[in-house]
Amino acid sequence: MKDAGHLFRFAGLFVVAFLVFLVVRGYVVPKTFGQYGHYRGAAIGEIAQRPVKFSGHETCESCHSDIADTKTKGAHAHVNCEACHGALFQRMPAPAQPKGNLYERFVALIVPPPPPDAPILRHADDPASVTPTKPDTLVLCARCHTASAAKPKGFPQVDPTQHMGGVPCETCHNPHSPAMGSDATASPATGGAK
Amino acid sequence: MNISRRYMMILLPAAAVAWKYVEAGTPEASPNYQMSEHWWGMLINIPKCIGCGNCVRACQTENDVPDGNFRTWVERYHVTDTNMTSPEVISPDGGKEGFPVAEEDAGKYFFVPKMCNHCADSPCTQVCPVGATFISPDGVVLVDQKYCLGCGYCVQACPYGCRYLHPTKHVADKCTLCYHRITQGLTTACCEACPTGARQLADLKNPNDPIHEFLKTHPVQVLKPQMATGAKAYYFGLDGSVR
Repeated sequence: MKDAGHLFRFAGLFVVAFLVFLVVRGYVVPKTFGQYGHYRGAAIGEIAQRPVKFSGHETCESCHSDIADTKTKGAHAHVNCEACHGALFQRMPAPAQPKGNLYERFVALIVPPPPPDAPILRHADDPASVTPTKPDTLVLCARCHTASAAKPKGFPQVDPTQHMGGVPCETCHNPHSPAMGSDATASPATGGAK
Repeated sequence: MNISRRYMMILLPAAAVAWKYVEAGTPEASPNYQMSEHWWGMLINIPKCIGCGNCVRACQTENDVPDGNFRTWVERYHVTDTNMTSPEVISPDGGKEGFPVAEEDAGKYFFVPKMCNHCADSPCTQVCPVGATFISPDGVVLVDQKYCLGCGYCVQACPYGCRYLHPTKHVADKCTLCYHRITQGLTTACCEACPTGARQLADLKNPNDPIHEFLKTHPVQVLKPQMATGAKAYYFGLDGSVR
């Protein structure tokens, strides 16, 4: 029985080593790992925090209701604003990142974290300082409406060289309601664009 | 109670472990968005696609996709009447600036927008050795860029070629189904920018989403159904020659 003491001491060593393992594991495994599955649950929230650049047509229409009214009557009723105008935004300088705890700083030394997303200032956030540029209709309209055998047969298509010979499309068509003479009262495509 | 030095040695680390789990706490509450109420997919209507490349450009803008890599791209198929089984497929710069003009011939042309299929049984998430890519509870396949090692297994495992290694971040990158937008009630950037409505974000758990009516009344197909990936990008009007 006296010799059994050696075994208990040995077992105790295992217990201590296991506890040390648990402590180390507790620090190196991210807190939210395993929250939803075999991954870091907090990653979902981080991805959801990325900046939005396309504001969505509802946002545009909340101010530009005159253009929205024009559009609803024409063939472009279901073409969203940003399909042609693009996302109106500018990048802002990134704020300083929090350094994190000692362990996170140590890991960052070995594996530098990806650079943070630059904050975005959208036209919808600050219409005065983020101003749109007027799209070049010769390029913009041609992207969709240049005739090609590959396009669906019912889609309106023209040969740009024969159709208008270099005259900008908006000379004859209002891009917001493109049929000629269909709506004389339609708001022109000005809207403060330069 | 008398606690010996030996018991203290055992108790302290045990308490430290217990505290870590207490600290981890409950899932972060999101006031407006409940993951359990959504199951996201995409509907792609091939007869509506005109190959303008708006979706590719919008995706690159919204998600800072580096040049030469694509989270979504458009392919143009040309099936000739002499060789119906081997279509000629082009996708110049992912179709970002559109396609060259096609001449009428005896064959047929059509455009196929491609993107991550957000598979319910995704092969890409299964091969990740560190748990850096996963299917979120609302059915979106995502990459944890802080956890990714950049080993590229997932890039090889995706049967649809939808992943790439980010050239500067050196981690796997892919379509997030604009997760930062759809969780705010917006649609994806590609759907927002599509002029013909050829793409439509679909919430398969939301009974009010028009996708349910569409799926009930139209024949749809997914890409590579034989792979049993549970793909959730549903194609209407998909030609059998599409790979």
